Amino acid sequence: MEKRYSARALRRLAVALCLLWLPLPATVHAAGAEFSLKDYCPAGFQLNGEGCYLQSLYASYDSLQDSGVGGLKTGLPELRQGFSPRQIDLGRLLFFDPVLSGDHSMSCASCHDPNKGFSDGRALSVGSKGQLAKRSAPSLWNVGFLKRLFWDARASSLEEQMLGPLYDSHEMANTPEQLLTDLRASSAYRELFAQAFNGDSSIQLDQVYTAIAAFESSLISLNSRYDLYAHGYHEALNEAEIEGMNIFRSFVARCAECHTPPLFSHQQIAVIGTPEPNNRPLDPGVAAVTGDASQRGGFKVPSLRNIALTAPYMHSGRFATLREAAEFYTGGRGHAVPPGEKLSLHWHIWEPKLTGEELDRLVDFMGALTDESFMPQIPASVPSGLAPVVGVQ
Amino acid sequence: MVRAMHWLVIALSLVAGMHSAWAADIPVKEGESIQAAVNRAAPGDVVLIHPGEYRESVYVDKDNITLRGVVVDGEWPVLEGEGKRNDAILYSGNNFTVEWLTIKHFKGNAIMGQAGNNYTIRYNRVIDTGVYGIFPQFGKNGLIEYNVLSGIEDAAIYVGMCDNVVVRHNEVFDNVAGIEIENTRHAIVENNYAHNNTAGLLVFITPGLPIKTTYDVILRNNFVVNNNTENFGAPGSIVAKVPKGIGVVIMAADEVVVEGNIISGNQTAGIVITDLAFVTDIASDPDSEPNPDRIEILDNLMFDNGADPVADVKAAMMTQFKRRGPDILANFGSAQEPDNCILNKEQYVTFGLKKWSKCERTSTADIETYLLADGAPPREIENDEDRTLRLYQGICAGCHAYNMRMIGPPTVAIQALYHNNAKGIADYIAEPHKVRPDYPPMPGQGHLSEEIRQKVAEFMLNVKK
Repeated sequence: MEKRYSARALRRLAVALCLLWLPLPATVHAAGAEFSLKDYCPAGFQLNGEGCYLQSLYASYDSLQDSGVGGLKTGLPELRQGFSPRQIDLGRLLFFDPVLSGDHSMSCASCHDPNKGFSDGRALSVGSKGQLAKRSAPSLWNVGFLKRLFWDARASSLEEQMLGPLYDSHEMANTPEQLLTDLRASSAYRELFAQAFNGDSSIQLDQVYTAIAAFESSLISLNSRYDLYAHGYHEALNEAEIEGMNIFRSFVARCAECHTPPLFSHQQIAVIGTPEPNNRPLDPGVAAVTGDASQRGGFKVPSLRNIALTAPYMHSGRFATLREAAEFYTGGRGHAVPPGEKLSLHWHIWEPKLTGEELDRLVDFMGALTDESFMPQIPASVPSGLAPVVGVQ
Repeated sequence: MVRAMHWLVIALSLVAGMHSAWAADIPVKEGESIQAAVNRAAPGDVVLIHPGEYRESVYVDKDNITLRGVVVDGEWPVLEGEGKRNDAILYSGNNFTVEWLTIKHFKGNAIMGQAGNNYTIRYNRVIDTGVYGIFPQFGKNGLIEYNVLSGIEDAAIYVGMCDNVVVRHNEVFDNVAGIEIENTRHAIVENNYAHNNTAGLLVFITPGLPIKTTYDVILRNNFVVNNNTENFGAPGSIVAKVPKGIGVVIMAADEVVVEGNIISGNQTAGIVITDLAFVTDIASDPDSEPNPDRIEILDNLMFDNGADPVADVKAAMMTQFKRRGPDILANFGSAQEPDNCILNKEQYVTFGLKKWSKCERTSTADIETYLLADGAPPREIENDEDRTLRLYQGICAGCHAYNMRMIGPPTVAIQALYHNNAKGIADYIAEPHKVRPDYPPMPGQGHLSEEIRQKVAEFMLNVKK
């Protein structure tokens, strides 16, 4: 305890000395002014003590065993929250800054583009040197509620997850050393990290991860017209959408059994046997992580919130439209499993014999899950001095 | 005297108040729509469904609604799915009751609940309604009684991911599974008649579901008889893998008590206790604990079980030089461990129970019910202040930031415009009209009560950043 305190004191001293020795304090001040971090919470959050906490009408409801799954008036799973306003805002700047990639060409927002539902509109994402990633970029809306991340559920926290894209040679292709060197070379970032982390301008990797996790956790989408219906304002959905909702939760289509409200995912692994595009070999999914053959072809069930914004669909972007994605489920159990493959398909994959009209209504309903009212601001400039990068360049 | 008058006034006003809140009966006659009646209904209302045939699906997303069939001279109201409609009744509201209906020929379920607490499902006749008959899911505190169900290709009564449930006095026959308790805690299944199904009573943990446990389940005083029907479960479904001829299956569940049942004529086995290995070809779930633990088989009347067991069971029995199946079979693995117990083991034909211990208790008579005396309480309703905060931050703040243009004008601009006129804001948001040409129109908030609109408006005028 004493040791930690003295380390902190030393760090403070170092910060003070650094500030004294900076050759051009005016520049730092200017940079600091340009990028001063917000001291208020993002939309939907309320400051409580030092941290921002989500205010949602869903807090009025319980869920069985606190599982965060159920029906219309069901409480949410636990959210990663309590980050300070400045940490969240620093995360926002980092998120759009291409200084995070090895060759300064990509930001997080390259593949998680706010204009595309925080996805990229591609079947497979593209890395900094044009390499194809293995899977489709998932949306980040409501990602702070998820207990497992990546299609194959191999990460259990946002901090652990982001190590993937940051350092994968197929994605942002950076190294921890270069990331730190680049950020520490920026006086603006040193100033901003000091603002976000109790005056500590040294810039540590865990601070980078914390800030990005803080920003990602603030991406909340719970104000769709569906939500108004759920809270009791039934006029919010039209007849076609209500019909679609009833098909969605029926035990024939069974969508809600895995895409369970209120997040529209129950966050479990499911083997459903979707086809790969262009004769690509079967993606083993979770089995490649766990070595458990029964999980071959298994993926984490994605949330369907803002799903209308994030075509194409499935882990490999095999389906261009929601209609095609919905139609997969009525094509017959295992109809797209390659010959010779034996998958332990989920029991809810069956033969619901949905009509074309029912598929249309399902698409109507999924469209009612769209809500971007808490869209964060895309920064006009980022502290590295590079141009912010949004979407595929 | 004045005081007495005072009380009288209070008493009268209470009566008057109650009158306005009295439940209304909303009659539905043949040719009319049950759904239209539900849409008109307010919490507390009873939809009275008169005899006749109703070709529709009904959904109930409100609290405190009762759907009650009216049976006249033996004529019932019938919900007819014609083999093409999905579910007959879907509900999500709390305190839902459905009773006195005949439900036939749906593709999915007869009655399906998603997250409603305090449900009552009784006096219904359910015939060939597809996958399940009665299926409450994610609900706390439910009573399922006096229903008769047949011809279901999975479980006739399927309690999935629920807490505090009593299933009693039902008759289930000619189904694949009679009554199934799955990933559910604190359940009593008593005084039911489960016959001529593929399997009678099932207590399961199914892997891959978001709620992982089943424990504290009592199966008592049921008739579990002649469950020998060929399995006609849908390919790929879990019950399609259950061999025919089993009275009771306990898979992976913990703390299940079997007491006072009459279990006879089930040709594979009377009771099977097993771990998850029983179901093959299913993706594993490391978060599901696969072993049945602390099972108690108290006194039951069992005879004539195992007369013609399926091949696997026959092979296992051959190792004991017996040709017939057992009353009680503990499958290989943890089901044979001594944390499980039985009374008077010697009276039954058993397999795999060598290490089982003797139960300490002899009866569950001290446990009358697992229903909650006061129902499942709603979440501690927050005060108006909390609700106002959630409304403002959860909805208004999506468009109005303090001093920045978002979808709507900044909060400071609104504060400057309205000063202390909260009512002005409250009225405006009920029916917004376009004020500023450079902003999109605001969606109306008329669904909020006047009182809560006023509070949100006051809150907005006091926002500091």
